[in-house]
Amino acid sequence: MEALFAAALGMLTFCGVYLLLRARTFPVILGLTLISHAVNLFLFGMGRLALEAPPIIGEGSRQADPLPQALVLTAIVIGFAMTAFVVVLSLRAAVELRNDHVDGVDPDEDWRP
Amino acid sequence: MNHLLILPVLIPLLAGAFLVVVFVAPLALQRLISLVSTALLVLIALLLFRQVMVGNHVLYTLGNWSPPFGILLVADRLSVLMLLITSALAVFCAMYAGRGDDRKGAHFHALLQFQLAGINGAFLTGDLFNLFVCFEILLIASYALLLHGGGVARCRASLHYVILNLVGSAMFIIGVGILYGVTGTLNMADLAVRVANAPAGDQPLLTAASLLLLVVFGVKAALLPLLFWLPRAYTAASAPVAALFAIMTKVGIYAMLRVFSLIFGLETGLVSTTAWQWLWPLALATLALGGIGVLGATNLRNLTAYMVIVSTGTLLATLALGTREAIGAGLFYLVHSTLMTATFFLLADLIARQRGVAADHMVVAAAMKDHRILGSVYFIGAIAFAGLPPFSGFISKVWILQVAGETGNQTWLWPILLVAGFMILIALSRAGSKFFWRQSGARPHQWRADPARLGVVIAMVLGSAALSMAATPVMTFMLDTADAISAPQHYVEAVEAVALRAMGGL
Repeated sequence: MEALFAAALGMLTFCGVYLLLRARTFPVILGLTLISHAVNLFLFGMGRLALEAPPIIGEGSRQADPLPQALVLTAIVIGFAMTAFVVVLSLRAAVELRNDHVDGVDPDEDWRP
Repeated sequence: MNHLLILPVLIPLLAGAFLVVVFVAPLALQRLISLVSTALLVLIALLLFRQVMVGNHVLYTLGNWSPPFGILLVADRLSVLMLLITSALAVFCAMYAGRGDDRKGAHFHALLQFQLAGINGAFLTGDLFNLFVCFEILLIASYALLLHGGGVARCRASLHYVILNLVGSAMFIIGVGILYGVTGTLNMADLAVRVANAPAGDQPLLTAASLLLLVVFGVKAALLPLLFWLPRAYTAASAPVAALFAIMTKVGIYAMLRVFSLIFGLETGLVSTTAWQWLWPLALATLALGGIGVLGATNLRNLTAYMVIVSTGTLLATLALGTREAIGAGLFYLVHSTLMTATFFLLADLIARQRGVAADHMVVAAAMKDHRILGSVYFIGAIAFAGLPPFSGFISKVWILQVAGETGNQTWLWPILLVAGFMILIALSRAGSKFFWRQSGARPHQWRADPARLGVVIAMVLGSAALSMAATPVMTFMLDTADAISAPQHYVEAVEAVALRAMGGL
């Protein structure tokens, strides 16, 4: 299970970094979302992966560590807020700068000052 | 329990929330609430200062959960010093913005308060995950503040700033996650003990986590490969926001100092931690780049943004030496540079307001109406920043040079620091002579400087003079603070004492 989990994290991060380097706001936002998925799963995995172990004492023969789950919840909420902000920011940038490049200047277009 | 310690987070949070609710209220009321809240923060910081001078460490356990399980706030000399600088700067920014800059967009004062809540929380927290949460609070407020006033330049700068910091936050969580996975705790004092006693097999993972945290704090502090967002963002921000952002790079530096001296440096000492060894070359390169950038700047705000980079480089290079005197000298420079960079952002705005379309660009334009008073303030500020006697810049620079000489690191630090200082001097004189001496024959504009705005800037410049006049007690305090940083075991003991007391109470 660890190998599968690690491979999934690696794949998510790989896709996230690739999209981030596309330097267009929409792919960058998708990339950031994928990276934040990977990071949240990583944080979750730091409580060790175990099957049939609820984070409540007395519910099963073993217990999972509840703290990483609480941390992940916090990280998800923060990540959600940040994604919402960056979506609005990129919409505004697209309107004000007339293109979707993260530098505000489209290198493929003739640009007149 | 001592509830004073939660107030620096609680007051701005409540004030900010209230300001959001009453956003239709007259601006005068909003300004009053904002000013009262920031003034209260100064008062609380002073009270905490007194307590810390007596007791060294003041602790607050939220919800009475004993460490290492609950959330812990810790005030020691370093965090109280940072609280004091932040709240003083916030008062100046709130006053300056209250003269009209807050009218250019919605919710300025609410955002200011949220930002202060985040910054104060980051200085006070004794828990690594909480540090992350506070960083996020201050960042999301700063994203919105950077955009305050709107416009194309701010939009462009914000995209870089926001995306870079989001990637930084992701790396922060990875670093925290590794630390938790290896040690099973997030309380800083507890982490320090467990990292010191970690088996050799865990060392590579711990080193990786420490380097990830260095990258994260490096983004905030503007360390060399990670600083290219800064000049554009600080140049584009409106004046009071840029002045407040002068403390933001210092939050990154504070976090570095705290995390590497406490968590990774408990057993081995600050200097021998792997991350700290990276700091010296990177800081020197940052300093050199800042010096070049200062010469290349074409307007005063941009010049000041590069002065922020110079100050980061100087500060980190001094701290990288790691001795007690070096940390003391670095802290003195931290206070001085925060104050002076903030002053210059505000001064650039005052100058720009009197020059019409020429703004603060280094071009010849019509004379300013208040060129005498602005020229004098600029002259004193430039002397103070460039490190000429008799102001605080001189004292801090001499102290840094002396420390570098004592530790045998003068070969690299002396030339780079002195040349960077010389470049700042050239750039500031060039800008000043364009602003105040070379005037076009056109009729001067009739705009007068707003007396309140001018008063704020003069008060800040006088702060630099006060810092140099009170240099002896300030330097003694900085050395005591450096002692506390060099002896993190006292911090751990203070936290453990609270934990033991809680167990006895049960």
